[in-house]
Amino acid sequence: MLKMPTLDIHKPDAVPRTDTKVSANDVNVFYGDKHALQDVTVNIPDRSVMAFIGPSGCGKSTFLRCINRMNDTIPIARVTGKIIIDNEDIYDPSLDVVQLRARVGMVFQKPNPFPKSIYENVAYGPRIHGLSHSKADLDEIVHSSLEKAGLLKEVKDRLNDPGTGLSGGQQQRLCIARAIAVNPEVILMDEPCSALDPIATAKIEELIDELRRNYCIIIVTHSMQQAARVSQRTAFFHLGTLVEEGDTTEIFTNPKDKRTQDYITGRFG
Amino acid sequence: MNEHTVKSYEEELALLDKKIAQMGGLAEQLLGQSLGALERRDPQLAEEVVLADKAIDNLEREIEEQVISMIARRQPMANDLRHIMGALRITTDLERIGDLAKNIAKRALAIADESHPKPLMSGIRHMVELALHQLKEVLDAYAERDADKALNVWRNDAQIDAMYNSLFRELLTYMMEDPRNIGISTHLLFGAKNIERVGDHTTNIAETVHFLVRGFNIADDRPKDDQTSSTLIS
Repeated sequence: MLKMPTLDIHKPDAVPRTDTKVSANDVNVFYGDKHALQDVTVNIPDRSVMAFIGPSGCGKSTFLRCINRMNDTIPIARVTGKIIIDNEDIYDPSLDVVQLRARVGMVFQKPNPFPKSIYENVAYGPRIHGLSHSKADLDEIVHSSLEKAGLLKEVKDRLNDPGTGLSGGQQQRLCIARAIAVNPEVILMDEPCSALDPIATAKIEELIDELRRNYCIIIVTHSMQQAARVSQRTAFFHLGTLVEEGDTTEIFTNPKDKRTQDYITGRFG
Repeated sequence: MNEHTVKSYEEELALLDKKIAQMGGLAEQLLGQSLGALERRDPQLAEEVVLADKAIDNLEREIEEQVISMIARRQPMANDLRHIMGALRITTDLERIGDLAKNIAKRALAIADESHPKPLMSGIRHMVELALHQLKEVLDAYAERDADKALNVWRNDAQIDAMYNSLFRELLTYMMEDPRNIGISTHLLFGAKNIERVGDHTTNIAETVHFLVRGFNIADDRPKDDQTSSTLIS
């Protein structure tokens, strides 16, 4: 008799996630009176990709921005609860936020290279964080970061050209190289492909798949197909709450919560 | 279940169910007619079954094409994905059931001129009746998305297997009594085997329906009661 395929085909993907990298406990965010995020508790594994999905305004980006304390930059924002990265409470008042943001890099929706050369875009972080001791050191960091971001081949002969002269997809990879250059442990991506064409998107997705071997990657995306393609775990947010979180294959074939099912199948509302 | 935001998606899913129902109805009809052809030694009816099987094949192709197109254009997720993949699997099983019915009809043609041993024919009729009942139940289970009903069908297949086992022994005895019985007995034996296979495809459909509704496979192994592969004349 023919058996239904079991869902085990994706198990190899799930193996590398060993331990928890980021652990959030009862995280709440308020923008003034607005309770934007309610009691989010989730463990995010290391060396894997976790995707946050959900309709606009569901709190997924808000939560993402808690993980490197980007919400600190919004005066009316208030965060309660605990976020632990490697046993360290990142909201501890004694913690250096600048150091935190080097450990937790971020890539945004719109590629935002500095108005400087390709080389300087990548060299800027390591230089201000004092990660290099010589020009040769810095050259090495710039090259290896561009290499890891899959951009070196395309730009190695024009490192002194302005970063803003690259195509959208190349600019986004430049921003990823810039994030990698300071040796982060966690990379946050807020809809990194929404401004890119399908080929540039595929290149970023391939890059994400490469990077997850060394980093904990958290990606917010409006494209469910993208979440299904690149992540090992998926969390679904709705109206400021974390509705469901689990293995990506499970979420997209057999979600437990009806709201998740309605959202991913296009039945919402 | 809420409706899709995109209405044409909803319509395509409904069309898929409609075609499966149509195909299931045809498969039931063919199986019933093939029994009629066998019992009444009706070559006309047997010919009709052989021709009607083409309609099932055409429906299978239509459903397959629709499924491929839906996967390409809609990128179905979750219950929709299970629905569409389930339809594809069920259509394959129904097509096989059509083939098996056609094969029974062909055998009816081959033995139309011979006298049929009564007790054996009634054994075959009971098997077909049970197989038809099972098929009807599983098609209902699909239409109603009723996993428990599917589970019942899955369990009841053991009855068809048991009937097949006893028919197998009877046919062996009948052949041993008189070598002139071997021709017709062999055809009836293959006929019975075909019905037993119809039962297996029905069981496949039951598993698919269960997966489609609940999102996981039926856990335990189905009791397999077809022992004929190890039965000898002693």
